[in-house]
Amino acid sequence: MSEEQKIRKYILENFLFTEDENELNNSDSFLENGIIDSTGILEVISFLEESFNIKVDDDDMVPENLDSVDNILAYLKSKQ
Amino acid sequence: MCGIAGILFTESQSVPLRGELEKMAELLTHRGPDEFGYFSDQSIGLAHARLSIIDLKGGQQPIHNSDQSAWVIFNGEIYNYIELREQLIKKGYEFYTKSDTEVIIKLYDEYGEDFVSHLNGQFAIAIWDKTKRKLILARDRIGIAPLFFTKSDDKLIFASEIKSILSVLDSKPDLNREALDQLFTFWSPAAPNTMFEDIYQVKPGEMLVVENGSIEIKKYWEWQPATPGDYISGSDQELADELHDILVDATKIRLRADVPVGAYLSGGLDSSVLVSVIKNFTDTQLETFSLEFEDKGLDESQYQNELITHLGVHHNKIRVGYDQIADNFESVIWHTELPILRSAPIPMSLLSGLVRSKNYKVVLTGEGSDEVLGGYDIFKETKIRQFWAKNTASEMRPVLLKRLYPYLDISPGKSHTYLRKFFGQGIDNPELNYFSHIPRWDTTEKIKGFYSGDMKAQLRENAIEKYSDSLPEFINTLDPFNKAQYIESKTLMSGYLLCSQGDRVLMKNSVEGRYPFLDHRLIEFANKLHPKLKMKALNEKYLLKKAMGKYVPDSIVNRYKQPYRAPDIPSFTGGAQRDFVEELLSTEKISSYNYFDAKKVELLKRKIKHGKAIGYKDNMAFMGILSTQCLHKLFLEQSF
Repeated sequence: MSEEQKIRKYILENFLFTEDENELNNSDSFLENGIIDSTGILEVISFLEESFNIKVDDDDMVPENLDSVDNILAYLKSKQ
Repeated sequence: MCGIAGILFTESQSVPLRGELEKMAELLTHRGPDEFGYFSDQSIGLAHARLSIIDLKGGQQPIHNSDQSAWVIFNGEIYNYIELREQLIKKGYEFYTKSDTEVIIKLYDEYGEDFVSHLNGQFAIAIWDKTKRKLILARDRIGIAPLFFTKSDDKLIFASEIKSILSVLDSKPDLNREALDQLFTFWSPAAPNTMFEDIYQVKPGEMLVVENGSIEIKKYWEWQPATPGDYISGSDQELADELHDILVDATKIRLRADVPVGAYLSGGLDSSVLVSVIKNFTDTQLETFSLEFEDKGLDESQYQNELITHLGVHHNKIRVGYDQIADNFESVIWHTELPILRSAPIPMSLLSGLVRSKNYKVVLTGEGSDEVLGGYDIFKETKIRQFWAKNTASEMRPVLLKRLYPYLDISPGKSHTYLRKFFGQGIDNPELNYFSHIPRWDTTEKIKGFYSGDMKAQLRENAIEKYSDSLPEFINTLDPFNKAQYIESKTLMSGYLLCSQGDRVLMKNSVEGRYPFLDHRLIEFANKLHPKLKMKALNEKYLLKKAMGKYVPDSIVNRYKQPYRAPDIPSFTGGAQRDFVEELLSTEKISSYNYFDAKKVELLKRKIKHGKAIGYKDNMAFMGILSTQCLHKLFLEQSF
């Protein structure tokens, strides 16, 4: 599974509780669309750290890095 | 407290069947285990299940006036009954009991429907006026005592709990889906709704008058804060002294009983203040009670212990683990008659069990202080958000929010961008009357993502819009802080805290709760205060602390407010897994009851199984779904 597929599957199943790919666009803002709330973002960070073997620094916990599938993919790339 | 029930034939003079009245009363035995009482006449049947607290020998109900032309049954306490009785005796009334109940019916003789405004207490009252063929149902100002009714073509049926009404209906009602949608927003159905179609509650501060087949609803009291410009004047010290005196009196009169009275002692400011008042102003031998959680993150023992030592009370504790929460879940839903969005009512029911096991029937508790005197974080949030709304571009203003959550390590205080996003909901609309509650309601509403297709299709109205439209005109004139208090007292407090975490789980073990902070004189006084006396900057309950701080240790006054929370998902998973959870959340049952989408529930279950469901939303969704399923099974599937 590609990084993109892994992330999409995680968000779809754990926040939208669906397997329907049509329910999520890679550019959708999690915050604007109410997909993830203030505690949900911690779950995403845990997921990223466990799944991709990275450490998310405090300063990185910003929407620019985490608020959509596209943003996360770009962030992961920057960590490589 | 007690249980009341009755049947009125509105179109005929039939006499209700004794068997039906007995069935209704029996389902209220937990509310009144000491004795039953009945009255029947043409058109009317009254039933009473008694928890004997005042005038143990003589106070059996129903009770009548001097010529037996009017009868009363009631659940509750009238704390100023001694003073009212003296006034009535001076007017020439004679009494055949020493009870507070008899005071009610004599007051009715003297003042007619206006009797209710003389009462200081918590109550659900039914009066049958034989001469006028009139039934009056009255509920206390805040909704401490429950009272439900249903009306068909020829009958009005009422009771303290819905199960009693259901037992004498010809057919079971459907679940009220609009009410469920409201609960998944406000944590309770919007009064007068209940979870069942065509069954309603008498709203707090209101009376139902049934005469000649027609029903009139009359409001006798409103929670009405003063408008800016009309606040009470006086120095902080003068007002603190006045608050002190009202609270001390409100507490003293709530000790009136012919049985011993205990108190809950959580370790927080409110219960500490009450226990201190009792110790300092009365000779009452005091037993106190509290919960201890196995989950250390939620435990308040340290503060409880400090206060116990300081006050020298005899303290009783019950330790609550995950297993006990799971094991008591279904029986608690039987009592709440509502879905619940967190497990908190269950430990509260175990606490009342502890009280009962020590042979106590009555406890004083600090509920209401936050709503009346400005305690909750939601009020702090509102203040900060209002401040922020004046300059929405500000980076620094929302950072103040980080001060609100020092006690929960899963709150993302690290990144204030996220705090801004979450609490910034509605920030462009500070003028909205419900501005204060937007973040909470928005989070709660996430449960609706689990609705089945049919459920979504059947809902006609937007719960928040409808609620907003129903708010009284005067709310537009209030300071935002007072708006928040008003909404909080009407929704979360009356609709959830006083029922599912209060009366219902106390009565499960035949224990009566008493609430000094909800004495209407205190509420009316607090409602006249300038908001800054309730919350000075971000110091909550400022005036209360000023008035009563001298009686409790500084560490209690200064500690961060820890709201009462109990573990949710962990109570039902892992070692605490239960068959009933599997069954209620099975695809078969979810599809059959058809409130929720089975596929989505499966994915939630999977997330829980992997130990990933840590946030508020998931815990609320789990509890809300499980308890709705349970409610359906207990009340709509089986006959009783």
